[in-house]
Order: sequence, then C-alpha cells, then structure tokens
Amino acid sequence: MPETKVLTKHRGEKDSHTLAHYKSTGGYEAARKALTSMTSDQLIDEIKKSGLRGRGGAGFPTGMKWSFIDKKNPKPKYLVCNADEGEPGTFKDRILLEELPHQMVEGMIIAAKAIDSHQAYIYIRGEYTESINRVQAAVDEAYADGLLGKNILGSGYDLEMALYEGAGAYICGEETALINSLEGRRGHPRLKPPFPAVEGLYGCPTVVNNVETFSAVTHIIQNGSEWYSKMGTPKSSGTRLFSVSGPVKKPGVYEITLGMPLMTLINEICGGMKDGKKLRGIIPGGSSVPILTAKECETANMDFESMADHKTMLGSGAVIVLAEDTDIVETTFRLAEFYAHESCGQCTPCREGTHWVAGLLHKIKDGHGTKKDLDLILSLSLNMEGGTTICPLADACVGAVRPTILKYRDEFESRLIKENKHVA
Amino acid sequence: MSYKFSEISEKRFQKLQTMFPDKRSLILPCLYLAQKDTGVVDTASMEYIASRIGSPIELSQVYGVATFYTMYNKKAVGKYHVQICENISCYIMGNDQITNHLCKKFGIQKGETTKDKKFTVTGVQCLGACGYAPMMQINEKYYENLTLEEVDKIINSLE
Repeated sequence: MPETKVLTKHRGEKDSHTLAHYKSTGGYEAARKALTSMTSDQLIDEIKKSGLRGRGGAGFPTGMKWSFIDKKNPKPKYLVCNADEGEPGTFKDRILLEELPHQMVEGMIIAAKAIDSHQAYIYIRGEYTESINRVQAAVDEAYADGLLGKNILGSGYDLEMALYEGAGAYICGEETALINSLEGRRGHPRLKPPFPAVEGLYGCPTVVNNVETFSAVTHIIQNGSEWYSKMGTPKSSGTRLFSVSGPVKKPGVYEITLGMPLMTLINEICGGMKDGKKLRGIIPGGSSVPILTAKECETANMDFESMADHKTMLGSGAVIVLAEDTDIVETTFRLAEFYAHESCGQCTPCREGTHWVAGLLHKIKDGHGTKKDLDLILSLSLNMEGGTTICPLADACVGAVRPTILKYRDEFESRLIKENKHVA
Repeated sequence: MSYKFSEISEKRFQKLQTMFPDKRSLILPCLYLAQKDTGVVDTASMEYIASRIGSPIELSQVYGVATFYTMYNKKAVGKYHVQICENISCYIMGNDQITNHLCKKFGIQKGETTKDKKFTVTGVQCLGACGYAPMMQINEKYYENLTLEEVDKIINSLE
C-alpha cells in the first residue's frame, strides 16, 4: 500500500511554494470555478457530500460547520485559518504552509465564498518563521495577481486576507482561544454556546478551519465530491497527512488514504523500526490521545472508526512511536508537564489538576513515589475530564496520562519506593 | 528608559492599523515590534504600546497579554537564544544530551545567559519538528536531526 498523494502531489518540486509553479499545475482553477459558476449553497453541499472532516484534531464535518453560518445575519462573516499547529508530535501543517501555501489560500477563497465572508485571517504560530514568510509571500503574490482583493478573477467577489502571528501558546489551537488571541486578548477558550458560527471573531459569525482542511477543499471543488469520497472508508473519506516521529527508519509526513492499517504505515511507508528496535507502543493521533500497546497496534487502522474501537483517536494525525528502550514513565511525565505549562488557568480542575499530575509523575519518575501517589493520579484525573472545564485541555492531559498508566502499570510500579522502605 | 517604535516598526504599525476592525487586535503584533526593536518586552515598551493604540486599551491589558504568551521575552536574552525542544518526540530521540552538552559548554544552567550575553539556553515545548528530532531553534532558525558534533559545529560558527 503506497502513499496516495493528493495534497502533497507537488511537494518537493522546485519552487513548489510559488504562484508560477502552482499555476503551472492547474492552481486557482478551483477558485475560479467556485467564484464564477457555483453558488455558496452548492459549495457547502459539495463539501458535505465529500464527507470531509476537519483535519485539526476534532474531526468535525466541514460542510456542516460551514452550513451553521446564517447568511441573513447582517454582520460581517469572518473566515479564519487555524495554522497554530502545536500538538506535540504534529508537523504536517508546516509542510503545507512552507511548501504548498497557495493550495491553502485557494481553499480559503472557496470557503470564503461558501460562507459569504469578505475578510479572512490566517493565524500562524509565531515559531514557524519559515511558514510565516512563505504564506505572506503567497498572499502578496495572490493580491498582485488579482486572486485576492477586489473583484477576484473578474467575478465581482471581494476578499481580504491577512496573517496574524501567534506568540507561543498551545491553547490558541483551540478555536475560541484562537479567536480571543486574534482579538488581542489572552488565549482563553470561551464557553460554548454561543458557537463561533453564531458569535465568533469580533462577535460576528466565524468559521475556523485547519490548514489541511482548506487544502483538501481546493481538490474537492476541483475534482468533485464523488472523486474524493471514493478514497478512504465510508465514514472517513479522503486522504490525510500523518506526521510520524520517533525511532522509525524514515520519520516524516506521509499522505495516505484513511483506513490503512497502522502497521502498514510504520513498516512499509516508514521503513519499520530503526536499528531493529522492538515496538513498545504508538500514540496514534498526537500527544492528547490514548496510547496503543504494540499488540493493539496490530489491529488498528488509520481511520476514525477503527480508532474509536480502540478507544483512542486520530486527533491531529501525529503518530508518535515508542520503542522498547523508551522510558515510558519519563515520556508520560514530559506530556503532563507540557499540559501543566500550557493550561490557560481559567478552570480550577485544569489549572490545579495538570500541575498536580505532573508533580506526582515527577516524584514517581525520580523514584520517590508511592503506590498512593500512583492511585492519586488515577483518581484525581477523574475530576479533570468529561466537561468539568471550558475546553478539552484537561481531558487531553488525562488522555495522555491515565491510559498509559493503566496499560503500562508494571513500569510505573517498578519505579515506586518499596512499601517497607522508610523515607525521611 | 523610554521606548518608541523604530522607523520600520512605525511603518508596520501604520499598516497594521488598517488590518483589523478592532484596535485591540494590535496588541500582539505591537509587542512583536517592540521585541524586534529592543530584544525585550519591558514596562516602558508596554506603556508606549498602550498609549499608541489608545483608549480603551490600557497598560494592564497589554501587560496581561505580554505575560500570557511565552514568545515575548520579558527578560533580556543573549544575542543567540538557543531553544531546545523538550517534548516527547525530541526526548525519545535524545534532546537531553544536547541541553546538557550546551549547558556544560557555556558553563550555565538551563534558562540562564552566558556572562558575555552571547548565549541563552532555554528548554521549550514542541516546535513542530518532531520527525526531525532532536532539534533546536536559534533565534528564528530551526536546526534539525542534530548530533552533538553538529551542535558544536553550529555553535562554533556563530560570531
């Protein structure tokens, strides 16, 4: 089973980030089609039929998200691209931003038409300097060529597009926190409802989509929803970019059709484990999702349904591979520490819970923990999940910690101090 | 100490003012301008930014934003800010070796700056280079697939 390159077809070609190259591969024909021969309802319908689900992490159906925008609302509608890629293990949007920025810009033009928006923002994480430069250059080129601004391609449709740099906060990948950040506030997630489609950026109807989602939109409008939905599985259509990291022979970003067995991705596409190491487990969808043991990996497929059967998620498409020599107590601690660092501090279960979990794991990994500490992590984490907080950051911390402790309990227990040992 | 936008920043500020319907959105980009100009975001620059954006934006709001986001340097850093990713994929591929090596080389602890103000070493969260781990970022540039020899070569090449 090889890769299926749709979004990444022209990756690696010389000057793939430039307008000239993009146009030579048929670029902006989909935008022309959308602006000159399709209505916004037709566009939404086409995306709905394609079965495209958001590629940021939550997997919400894109067409449905667009359809929540009430076009009769007299307020301006905003379109926002979430390029605040920050989930540990994830680096696929970076490839699309650096190497194929026009594909995303084109998808945004189409989406803007679909929701009747005339102002779009691209929120990019501040650390991605190269991405920022490339996307800014692409937007500038598009303006100069009449693909953005007033009367795009003579269609009478206007769209302004601007970049906004994040400043180092993981939580701004959550769409309402991103909206607050774009408004010049701290990245605090908002209570929902109201959902952004009703009251988002500057209190106006807003759609926020991921970089890869917009890039896929371009191809769906170009080739039709039927073509797209034939790829993958019935409930997980299309292709998807996966970022594979850890001790495999060829880590990197790969585009495959959904439904591929996880081990095919690891053994055939990534060349198998590095230095003949034995597989210990895989985190299949970014740091926030429950880990799969080596045994579970054998039956897991890379689609939404199979992951749900295995009580985990595809998340952001980040496949983190752990080998036999990986210290799982330490990796779990690093993740808990990450969530403690990135908690925005609004909700008590998250603000206190993440630090508490990280502190206990620190104690355990250094050999000072007791069985009580380990049990405490499991019990206190019950109060951090399932809607006790505004956003799912605390749930993500629990997802990264509890299943790992339950599945690799021996390893955690071997680090505890012995019951009869007296500690001063 | 007073601060004022440099000529380039002033030009950028004029452009930024046309980009957003609400001027509060200017806070984040303005903090970047100040940081580019002086290397640090301090009270003087925050006061200046608040006054330039104008009512209803007050110093407290600018301060609240500046202290929330990690990329604004509230404390001065060295000429070269070496940031090493400490998250899961980089850890698995051996980032700690690099941090320890550099701290020893510079005679500092993580989070400190060398006496000659040339290098600051900071441990940071995921920078999105997980497939090319371990990695470090020096100022704005990413260095990936690192080995200790490579790290030495890079550091020695910095003036």
